[in-house]
Amino acid sequence: MTIALVRTLRVPGFVCLCVAALAATAQLTATMAAEIPAAERRSGYDMMSRETRAMQDDDTSNPAMFSVLEGETLWSTKAGEANRSCADCHGDAQQSMKGVAARYPAYDASRRRPLNLEQRVNVCRTERQKATAFPPESKDLLAITSFIARQSRGMPITITTDRMIEFAETGRILFHRRQGQLNLSCSQCHDDNWGRSLAGSTIPQGHPTGYPIYRLEWQSVGSLQRRLRNCLVGMRAEPYENGSPEHVALELYMMWRARGLKMDAPGVRP
Amino acid sequence: MTEHLTTRRQFIVVTGGLIAAAGIPERGDAQSIGGNAARNEAAVARLEAAVRELVGESPVKAGRIKLDIPLLVENGNAVPLAVTVDSPMTEADHVKTIHIFNEKNPQPNVANFHLGPRAGRAHVTSRMRLADTQKVIAIAQFSDGSFWSDSVDVVVTLAACLED
Amino acid sequence: MARALINVPKQAKRGDVIEIKTLVSHPMETGYRRDSMGKAIPRDIINRFVCTYNGVEVFRADLFPAIAANPFLSFHTVATESGEIKLSWTGDDGNTQTETVNITVV
Repeated sequence: MTIALVRTLRVPGFVCLCVAALAATAQLTATMAAEIPAAERRSGYDMMSRETRAMQDDDTSNPAMFSVLEGETLWSTKAGEANRSCADCHGDAQQSMKGVAARYPAYDASRRRPLNLEQRVNVCRTERQKATAFPPESKDLLAITSFIARQSRGMPITITTDRMIEFAETGRILFHRRQGQLNLSCSQCHDDNWGRSLAGSTIPQGHPTGYPIYRLEWQSVGSLQRRLRNCLVGMRAEPYENGSPEHVALELYMMWRARGLKMDAPGVRP
Repeated sequence: MTEHLTTRRQFIVVTGGLIAAAGIPERGDAQSIGGNAARNEAAVARLEAAVRELVGESPVKAGRIKLDIPLLVENGNAVPLAVTVDSPMTEADHVKTIHIFNEKNPQPNVANFHLGPRAGRAHVTSRMRLADTQKVIAIAQFSDGSFWSDSVDVVVTLAACLED
Repeated sequence: MARALINVPKQAKRGDVIEIKTLVSHPMETGYRRDSMGKAIPRDIINRFVCTYNGVEVFRADLFPAIAANPFLSFHTVATESGEIKLSWTGDDGNTQTETVNITVV
């Protein structure tokens, strides 16, 4: 409702933003009622079949573990002009990366916007290691993020919207916006119809607790962004660009929406 | 019933009859799952040829081997399967091989497992691909030369949100 | 060839039946897929898996394109003596990758 007001108002840009930001705080709180209540919040892991859960639970049968093992190797591999490895600054990932994936996307003070885990890794890579950034969805980037996310396994998502309220609000709007040829919003399936069947598949609530995941459909590991592109294509909507502000805003909102749920990365999903 | 199999048609009928006679209903009753009534003839022919290559003229009885596979798969790319055979796995009485077949994939074979008395237990698991709703069959060959089978009708659907 | 994840008990009692679980990283390209230009992607699968226990074959599997990517296999064997359990995967290209694990049997 607030956003419609901004659109019709035709006021200078900065005023628009103020109105939006002021209202956003109220908005995010107000829509908590439309959210899935905490007691009913369930991750994709809880909603998949016994067999797929078993595939994830056993590290010897979860193909995403290959990605984690590669990440472990990369963690200690020196790279770039600075000839530094992740371990050189961050030490033992089991200690330093514990809980990190559970609180990402996180605010980056110098850029004054949230960065997701992939972006954060590439910032380290380019600025600290003085190496070239990992391309999106590349094996190496997935390996590092799988390895980092693994260190948060079992920990509750503890995302904060501190200093990122507008971005979270943008994410919320995107989640609720009807789009594409089917004129569907994420919310219609994942808030209103979770648990029901869509062509033989159970609709999950859409929480990013397991990323990066080994998706059976891909027969490989992929990020949340790849999965969201699948959703958008499935809805016959235009997918967002890699690393776009829309993606990060959506990811931030989705993590906030999933707060309290336990991370189970690297997950296996149908 | 230990009939000698001569014609292709007879093979299907006898196997089907044996499964019913042994009181072991085909799990995932064919009639109740839509589409199985109109089974592709060519696919069945391929499957039969593959099974015949294994068993020759010997009869295949239903029982002793159990094929565990979900009746409705979450994704046809990775369907967990488990085969268990009730056998002491001694030198005198053991499972020699377990052959897994399918009906509608481009090829009838899925995997052949070679066991023997060193196995201790005839229980093997893996993951397979299923291109479409179809029947999966497991045939165990015992040290005494006999063949025993189990089959499951599996329903496969497409994922809702695809890559492109 | 590829990374492998193996689960074999480090120690077992003589006569115990142990479970061996293996996962190997491999696309198991069926040969039936086509790329975006319509060209058939050639078949490239692991077609054979062998497990030997101190040199004696205790389990063997012939694999076909219907086996899922990143093939998972679990099977059993009797813990007869201490020694080496070797697991080998052979691809269509004829190359074999072998991993060795030691087991202590008391």
